[in-house]
Amino acid sequence: MRDLFALRRKIPPGTRRILTLLSAWLLLALLGPMLAPHPPGEIISGEVFGPVSAHAWLGTDYLGRDLCSRLLWGIRYTVAICMMSTALSCCARVFLGIATTVTPVWVERVLGRLMDGLLSIPSLLFALLVVATAGESAPALILTMAIIYMPGSYRTSRALALRIVRMDYITAARARGETRSFIILREILPNMTDPLLSDIGLRFIYAVLLLSNLSFLGLGVQPPMVDLGSLVRENILGMAYGAPAVVVPTLVIALLTVGINLTLDRGRV
Amino acid sequence: MKGRPGSLIAGRSVMGRLVMSRLGAAGFSLVFVIVTIFVITSALPGDVADTLLGQGATPEATARLRVALHLDQPAWLRFWHWAGGMLTGDPGRSLLTGHPVSELVLPRLHNSLLLAGATAAVSVPLALAAGLACAMFRGGWFDRIVTFLTLATVSVPVFLIATLAVFVFAVQLKIVPSLSDIGSIHSVWQFIRVFLMPVLTLTSVTVAQMVRMIRACMIDVLSAPYIEMAVLKGLSPQRIVLLNALPNAIGPVVNAIALSLSSLLGGVVVVETVFSYPGMAGLMVESVAARDIPVVQCCALVFCVAYLALTTAADIVGIASASRKRDA
Repeated sequence: MRDLFALRRKIPPGTRRILTLLSAWLLLALLGPMLAPHPPGEIISGEVFGPVSAHAWLGTDYLGRDLCSRLLWGIRYTVAICMMSTALSCCARVFLGIATTVTPVWVERVLGRLMDGLLSIPSLLFALLVVATAGESAPALILTMAIIYMPGSYRTSRALALRIVRMDYITAARARGETRSFIILREILPNMTDPLLSDIGLRFIYAVLLLSNLSFLGLGVQPPMVDLGSLVRENILGMAYGAPAVVVPTLVIALLTVGINLTLDRGRV
Repeated sequence: MKGRPGSLIAGRSVMGRLVMSRLGAAGFSLVFVIVTIFVITSALPGDVADTLLGQGATPEATARLRVALHLDQPAWLRFWHWAGGMLTGDPGRSLLTGHPVSELVLPRLHNSLLLAGATAAVSVPLALAAGLACAMFRGGWFDRIVTFLTLATVSVPVFLIATLAVFVFAVQLKIVPSLSDIGSIHSVWQFIRVFLMPVLTLTSVTVAQMVRMIRACMIDVLSAPYIEMAVLKGLSPQRIVLLNALPNAIGPVVNAIALSLSSLLGGVVVVETVFSYPGMAGLMVESVAARDIPVVQCCALVFCVAYLALTTAADIVGIASASRKRDA
């Protein structure tokens, strides 16, 4: 327990803020659907695009279903799919980063070239290509987004590691005769976590934007599942009446992305 | 610009080599893109024949369609035919309508270029002015408001801005139609009315990105020692930005503009769909939904080539400006 507190004190405030924010969204994604007042598919009212009431806390959607419940489920799918793909691409690049230090040089070169090639395909286009062939299943979406965001993060983390390895304190650690695992775990990794975390936060936002765009186009999460982008899509007719069914999901997306971006920006300054 | 050894000063030939190696990398990326598009659309699980005929298809019908689509041939042979057709200007026929893909794509491409051109014409001057003003009055209220607005704009999905634009201009103010109908353009006013919303949406996204990059470039240049000298001489910040910093920042700024324009693509896809604008991105989304693979492949390739051209141009401008600075 004391170790935990010591660890907490060591974390810089910027990192702590972004960690808190990400955990809050994760918690909402995990617990939210349990708090949902109605099942997401149940039609609770004859009134479509209904206003906010005691029965339907955020109004009703285009079929008269409870928006609040659907929103909680939508947050779960958006956050879960995007976090999983971000985590996957992060793991892949850590694995590749470590692997390329022990493999022959040409492997690293070829990998770098492949990553550059991947970067030259715009992300939404890549996603559309995969959806055109493999369909819109959740695992396919997660895997696709993990692949899309791998090259960028691979480059960032590699540049970061190369810069840290050249630092004086690494030379000092080497001169002290520390083992390689000590240098990697206690000297390099702690100095990488902060920038890496802000990179992960940024990739998470990109993933949320990409998934929302795909779902908005009708090529992302499919019914009966629902995410924030598809909520906006299915209720778009409510725009004419300014219905909460279309306003609230858009606001939640903005809250998610702008919130994380502002937190990251504050950490950078 | 090829480097002729001996006849030019050292800086130029270094630049020539850098440009050539950048072009080489672009060529490699092009090959990679062609192969990737083919691999994704042909080698992934999910048979086009099955998808097209649906679940009730008989095995014989599926087999016949597979032969008709050359799906029975080995992958490398199909790739050879496909890539050859693409490069010689024959991208095949649509699975859905049977029309040649080029007939479908070309008019749409024209419309998309029109949209992109109009957006660039509006957003580049706007972004330049705003970015420079931010750098001039750095830390002031204008800078702070613009920084917050651009950050908010780049971090929300494009469809949010598009729906907001529809809500304000078409639903509330009723000054523009919410759908684009290019066929009805007969006057300048109608042209503006049809293009207003798509261009407005795309512009706000592009401008936000450009302003952020231009501001960063200018601030980078403003930290140079000769700027400090100008400050010590007592020149006003406005004068320093326009007369001392801007000439040296032109390379990075042009680079930033080209990069932002290349990121326009994601926005184009959404905007064309939201406003039913008859462009190529809209065609691609329709084709993806209908699983019309030849059209998807062709659209994807055209978009990738445009993207590659812009990013390569951005890099070459960056290289050229860096070498000019070294020569000076």
